[in-house]
Amino acid sequence: MSYTIGGETGPWELVIGLEVHAQIISKSKLFSGAATEFGAEPNSQVSFIDAGFPGMLPVINRECVAQAVRTGLGLDARINLISRFDRKNYFYADLPQGYQISQYDQPIVGAGTVEIELESGETRSIGITRLHLEQDAGKSMHDQHASKSFVDLNRSGVALMEIVSEPDMRNPEEAGAYLRKLRTILRYLGTCDGNMDEGSMRADVNVSVRKPGEAFRTRCEVKNVNSIRFVMQAVETEARRQIEVWESGGVVEQETRLFDPARGVTRSMRSKEDAHDYRYFPEPDLLPLVLDETWVAALKNDLPELPDAKRARLVRDFGISAYESAIFVMERATADFFETVAKGRDAKLVANWMLGDFFAALNRTGRNIEDSPVSAKNLGALLDLISDATINGKIAKEVFEIMVETGDTPGAIIEARGLRQVTDTGAIDTAIDRVLAANADKVAEYKSGKEKLFGFFVGQVMKAMAGKGNPALVNEALKTKLG
Amino acid sequence: MTMLDLTIAEALDALAAKRISAVELTEAHIGAVEALNPRLNAFITTTPDIARDRAKAADAARAAGNAPALAGIPLAIKDLFCTEGVRTTAASKILAPFIPPYESTVTARLKAAGSVMLGKANLDEFAMGSSNITSGFGPVENPWQRADGAKLVPGGSSGGSASAVAARIALGATGTDTGGSIRQPASFCGIAGIKPTYGRCSRFGIVAFASSLDQAGSMARTVEDCAILLGAMSGFDEKDSTSADRPVPDFRAACARGVKGLRIGIPAEYRVDGMAPEIEKLWQSGIDWLKRAGADIIDVSLPHTQYGLPVYYIVAPAEASSNLARYDGVRFGARVDGEDLIDLYERTRAAGFGAEVKRRVMIGTYVLSAGYYDAYYLRAQKVRALILRDFTEAFAKIDALLTPTAPSAAFAIGEKMDDPVTMYLNDVFTVPASLAGVPAMSIPAGQDARGLPLGLQVIGRHFDEETVFAVSSAIERAAGFTALPGLRAGATP
Repeated sequence: MSYTIGGETGPWELVIGLEVHAQIISKSKLFSGAATEFGAEPNSQVSFIDAGFPGMLPVINRECVAQAVRTGLGLDARINLISRFDRKNYFYADLPQGYQISQYDQPIVGAGTVEIELESGETRSIGITRLHLEQDAGKSMHDQHASKSFVDLNRSGVALMEIVSEPDMRNPEEAGAYLRKLRTILRYLGTCDGNMDEGSMRADVNVSVRKPGEAFRTRCEVKNVNSIRFVMQAVETEARRQIEVWESGGVVEQETRLFDPARGVTRSMRSKEDAHDYRYFPEPDLLPLVLDETWVAALKNDLPELPDAKRARLVRDFGISAYESAIFVMERATADFFETVAKGRDAKLVANWMLGDFFAALNRTGRNIEDSPVSAKNLGALLDLISDATINGKIAKEVFEIMVETGDTPGAIIEARGLRQVTDTGAIDTAIDRVLAANADKVAEYKSGKEKLFGFFVGQVMKAMAGKGNPALVNEALKTKLG
Repeated sequence: MTMLDLTIAEALDALAAKRISAVELTEAHIGAVEALNPRLNAFITTTPDIARDRAKAADAARAAGNAPALAGIPLAIKDLFCTEGVRTTAASKILAPFIPPYESTVTARLKAAGSVMLGKANLDEFAMGSSNITSGFGPVENPWQRADGAKLVPGGSSGGSASAVAARIALGATGTDTGGSIRQPASFCGIAGIKPTYGRCSRFGIVAFASSLDQAGSMARTVEDCAILLGAMSGFDEKDSTSADRPVPDFRAACARGVKGLRIGIPAEYRVDGMAPEIEKLWQSGIDWLKRAGADIIDVSLPHTQYGLPVYYIVAPAEASSNLARYDGVRFGARVDGEDLIDLYERTRAAGFGAEVKRRVMIGTYVLSAGYYDAYYLRAQKVRALILRDFTEAFAKIDALLTPTAPSAAFAIGEKMDDPVTMYLNDVFTVPASLAGVPAMSIPAGQDARGLPLGLQVIGRHFDEETVFAVSSAIERAAGFTALPGLRAGATP
C-alpha cells in the first residue's frame, strides 16, 4: 500500500522533487582566486571579482568543473561535454554584480539516478534531472544593528552545484532517504562536505498533492530547508496545507514558501505575480565550457568506490549482513574503519563490536569516527586478545571502556591492571572449591535437580576470580566438580 | 613644426637619437593640455605628476640602454580603462568618486612599454553615445571648426581621445569600440583609429558596456602610429576568458606591405539611401586609389547589413542593463541614501545615471524580459549569426572590405539631439563589424564641402589586422590628408 494522507474527500498522494544546493569543496571560488574557508572574518575572503567591481571578469576554476563532473559521474549521469553559463539577473545587497552566474538551459550534467533504501528494505530509483554549476551570493545580516543591515561577501562567488531531482518521491521518508543518500555520495566523492549546519548543503522542496491516478497538480516550492528532519517535516506540513486548500474548494497557487519549524507551518514568501523575472541570458564574459572527453574519462577512472558498490562488496568479502553493511557504508570513514579492523579477523565479531559498544561509545562521547578515541588498530588488537584467550569477553568490555577514556592500547591496559585471563586450572579449582564450600545448600539443591543454579555457580566463581577466569575452563571444571 | 606635431614613430626616432628627451616631450604636452583642455574638455582628469614621473623613468631607461617600446610617448587614456590610484569615471556621475585599486591589462601593458599617461580622456557616459554629449562631465569639443562657428561634436564614444589626438595635445590615445566608438570619432576628428578583432586586447579592467562587443583599440594621427600602439596593447590575458590565446603579429611591419594583388570588396548594401554625395565621392576615390596601388576591386554583398543597427540596439542594451546592475551605491561609487534598500537603489541610480544610460538600461531590461526575450534578444542573436555569416562568406572571395566610416561629417553640439534614433544612425557603417567581431579601421581620407574631415573604413578577417593596416596605409598614402584642425596646440586662434 503506497503512502497517502487521508483527507475528507479520501486519500491524497504526495509528489515531491528536491533541488539541492551543494557547496563544492575547492580551495578557491568558482570564478575568482579568493579562498572559500568557512567561518573566516567577514569580508576577508573577497576579491574584486566577488565584489562586482567595474571591469572585473570571471575566470572559470578548473577544479570546480572537475568536482561537478565527478559528482555527475557519481550520480551515474550524462556529462555534457559542452555546457554554457548564463546570467540570472536580480537586485539584492548581497549580490554584488546584480546577477548570479549560473547555467540555465545547457547544464554541465544531465540525467542520472540515485538508488535509495527504505526502512522496509525496499529500494527505489530516484531520477536526477540535471546538475548545474553556479556561484553563491553573499550573506546579509539583519540582526547586528537596530537599523542597519550588514553584508558579508565571503560566500559571494563560492561554487555551488544545484542538483535537481525528478518529482519521483512519494512520501517524507523517501525525501529523507534521498537526501541522506545524496549526501553520502557527495561525501564519498569528496565534492561536498554535506554539512547542512554550515549551509554547505541546502534543499528547496517542491511539493504537490493529487488524488491517486491523477496527473500532477500545481506545486509549491519550500525554500532553503537546512536539515533532513526539517525537509521531511516540511513535506508533510506543506502537503497537509495543500490538501486543506483543495478540499475547502480553493486552488493551490504556484508560489515560493518558507518552512517555519518552530511553528510547524509553511508561509508564503512571494507569489507568482511578484516572482522575479530573472532575465536569463548567455554570460558574455565566458566562453562555452567545453570538456575534453579523455579528461572526463580520467576523472571517471579516478573515482573512489561508491557506497552501493562498497555495500555489495563488504557483504561479499566479509560475510556481514546487508543491513550491517548499509550502516557501515553510510560514511566512507566508517566503512574504512570496518575494513581495517575486519581484515584477517572474524568480520562478524568486528561488526558486532562496532554496531554495539563502539558506536555507543562514539555517541556517548560526542565524537565521530575520524577522531574516535579508539583507533581501528587498537580495536583490532582488543579483538585479537579475545581470540587468543588473553582476556574474556566480559573483561574485554571493561578494557574497551578504559580505551575510550584513555586512548591507550588494550595490551598496556591489561598489563597495567592485571586483567589477563586466568587459565591456570589450579587457580580455577581453588576458586570453585571455595564457592562450593560456601554454598553447600545450593550445591544440594543443584544435585537434587535444580540445574538452573549452574549459572549462579559460574557467576560466583567469576566473581571470586575478579572476572578474569577463562569462561570455558570454569564451565568445564564446574561440571566435573558438581558431578 | 613643434614636438607636438610629431607622429609616434617620429617621436620614438627623436627620443632614440636623443634629439629630444621624454621629459621635454611630456612637458610640451602637459603645457598644451593646460592650454587647450579648458576649451576642448577632452580630459576628465589630467595626471601631470604621473606623466612627469613616467617621463623621467623613460629617460632613465633610455640612458641605461633598456628603453621599452613606447618609452616616453605621451598618451591619453580613455576614462573607461581602470587605472590604479587614478580616478576612473566612465564619464558617469555614479563613478565620480571611484578610484580603482587595480589597473586594466591594456593600460598595464602600455605602462610597462614606457608610455606616459597624460590623463583620463572624456567619453560618452559608459561609452553609450556617438557624440560625447552624454558625458556626465560635460561635452567634448571637436578641434575642427565650421565656418558658422558652431561647436562641433568629436563623435563618440571615444570623443575625448579623438579630440586630444587631433588637437595635438596627445600623440596617441586608447579607445574602446562597441559599435563604432573608435572609428566614428576618428572619422569626425580627422585621425586614424582601429578596433581590432574581438579578443585581441584584454577587456580586464575596462568598465564594461556590452561585453560581447567591447574591444579596446588605438587612436593616433597615422596608421603606423595606430599599429605601434596596438602592438603594445594586444595579447592573451588569462584574466579575460574571451581574450585570444594567439601570437601578436608585427602590425607596424604590415603597414608597409602594399596592396598589390589584394582583393578589396565593395559591399553594395553600404550604399544607403540619402548618402551625402561627398561621402559617395570619397568612397569612389578610395576605390580608385586602391585600384591604382594594384588591388583588385570586387563587388560583394553583405545581405543582412540593414539589420545591423536593430540587432546592435537590442544586444548592446541587453548586456548593458546587466553590466550596469552593479552600480547600486552599495560598495563603491556615488550613493544616495534611501528609506530602505530599494529606495537606495532607485535614488542612487536616478541621480547617478544620465538619460541615455537610463534609456538603454530600460531597453535592455525590456528585451530580456519574460515574454519578450524570444522576440527580441533571441531573434537578434540569430540575426547576429547571419551578419557574421555575411562576412565569412564575403571573406572567402576577398581580403578586405572598403566602406565609408560614418554617414556624415561631424555635426554641431545640439544637432541631431531631438531623436535618439537619428543619433543611432551614426553607427550604421560601423556596427556590422562589431557584431561580427572582425577588425576595422578608420583612416582620414578627405574633407566635406565645409572642410570637415571624412574617414574611410577598412574591414578585415578575424585576427587579420595586418591586412587592415596594409590597406589603410595604402589609402593614407594616396589620400595625402594634411589638413589641420583650427583648434590645435601651437596654432594661433
